[in-house]
Amino acid sequence: MLVLAIDTSTPAVTAGLVALDGDALESRGDRVTVDPRAHGELITPHALEAVKAAGVTLRDLDAIVCGVGPGPFTGLRAGMATAASLAHALGIPAHPVCSLDAIAADVAPGEAPFLVLTDARRREVYWAAYAADGSRTDGPHVQRPADLETTIKVAAGDGALLYADALGVQPIEPRFPSPIGLVKAARKDLGSEPAPLTPLYLRRPDAVEPAARKKVTTP
Amino acid sequence: MPRIIMGIESSCDETGVGLVRLHDDNTVELLADEVASSVDQHARFGGVVPEVASRAHLEAMVPTVERAFGKAGLKLSDVDAIAVTAGPGLAGALLVGVAAAKAYAAALDIPLYGVNHLAGHIAVDTLQHGPLPNRCLALLVSGGHTQLLLVDDIASEITELGSTVDDAAGEAYDKVARVLGLPYPGGPPIDKAAKNGDGAAIAFPRGMTGPRDAKFDFSFSGLKTAVARWVEGAERRGEDIPVDDVAASFQEAVADVLTMKAVRAAKEHGVDTLVISGGVAANSRLSELAAERCAEAGITLRVPRPRLCTDNGAMIAALGAHVVAAGRPQASLDFSANPALPVQIISI
Ligand SMILES: [Zn+2]
Repeated sequence: MLVLAIDTSTPAVTAGLVALDGDALESRGDRVTVDPRAHGELITPHALEAVKAAGVTLRDLDAIVCGVGPGPFTGLRAGMATAASLAHALGIPAHPVCSLDAIAADVAPGEAPFLVLTDARRREVYWAAYAADGSRTDGPHVQRPADLETTIKVAAGDGALLYADALGVQPIEPRFPSPIGLVKAARKDLGSEPAPLTPLYLRRPDAVEPAARKKVTTP
Repeated sequence: MPRIIMGIESSCDETGVGLVRLHDDNTVELLADEVASSVDQHARFGGVVPEVASRAHLEAMVPTVERAFGKAGLKLSDVDAIAVTAGPGLAGALLVGVAAAKAYAAALDIPLYGVNHLAGHIAVDTLQHGPLPNRCLALLVSGGHTQLLLVDDIASEITELGSTVDDAAGEAYDKVARVLGLPYPGGPPIDKAAKNGDGAAIAFPRGMTGPRDAKFDFSFSGLKTAVARWVEGAERRGEDIPVDDVAASFQEAVADVLTMKAVRAAKEHGVDTLVISGGVAANSRLSELAAERCAEAGITLRVPRPRLCTDNGAMIAALGAHVVAAGRPQASLDFSANPALPVQIISI
């Protein structure tokens, strides 16, 4: 089974091809650019280059896995619109996966629980907590680092590097979701009917209802 | 040459997908025109909220494409080229359409064209009234734009003669509607109220019509303030607000300036055809007065039906067809949307 994995929930614009054979996962090549403003430009070219480098075409894909955040909205939507449209045009399923879970799936197996933190901008982090076996135990949430109530002191994701001191956590790899991590996190869903590709925004749109109209004349 | 062209529009609050067929004689036939609007979600905010619009685009994109193909009785594999709005518009909203269009083009292995939304508003008229004459004038009026454009070639040459220096005409409608306690968007309710009112009841100012003002520019901010001032004065005196008369008089002031400047521009540039498009083109007084003044001046007036005037995917597909027919180069898959795309850049 050939899976295209896409994620644009972090500053990394990520597309990669993963071959699945039973329990075995093999990376067949990926294209990653770290540039928070290039998601809209690069995600489709990256997907095309990744499949081309593997010597296949988009038509050879069996499924798409797409990180659905949480992540800064504009960039996140670039990847999700791409995944949804590719899947529609190719007639294959697009499976959603929490982008923090994809990072967690790449954390080396250890003894202790850990956090995944990514940069939510506005001095906040997206975060989730994971047990030693990699299963999510809390989150995803969006909060200011100072408001995080946790005793876990090890954290993956680029947010861990940004706020290591503020949080008193020890950063561990990886910083961004990888194609292998995305497919690992989605593996149990592959082959079944995909869930809707819905973004994990966690925040409401910034919009205020207008107050009573201000008069232009003063009585 | 590509024959079936899909157009994708997402510059503001409408997710539009259109399908057209380009014929050998370069006429363009409309096959499908599906729109999903988020206008209701913006109503309580009194204007388009960009993040709300972007979320709605992502949700609506694939279903709207599916509906368009269903209506046209076509399969995705029947499409020969894709055109998408590259700008101008809301950055986050444009990005959703552009990302989707790139993915469809890559998956279907067909050329992609990033085209100008404003030019699309003009091109859409060819779906209803056939090819444009070699040279024509276009007046674009909507919630987002108010522009007077000289169109030498819809696929390659458009010049801006003038535009609004402050509010778009449609924005003035929304603000005046609010003053009068009418719902958002303001165009339809004001038009409806105006039908029962007297357009000559109140002499509201005509912006930018002084001898020293730019000949083809517009201003609606002063008019909007004048209406608010008038209404507040009447309220202070304890009078009932004659909503119908205020609406009619406001609408008269808008239609008067728009048509006066459009006809003047047509005469000055020796053009005998005027196209009026954009959401406000559906306004009954504007089209009535334009028809009257164009007839007097010997100008042929073309106004697409209301459904084609508002933002939609058919206009982008139509423009895409003209761009394809003219042999313009296709876009590279790494192009980015440009929220401030100037009207001279018809395809990128
Ligand atoms: Zn428009």
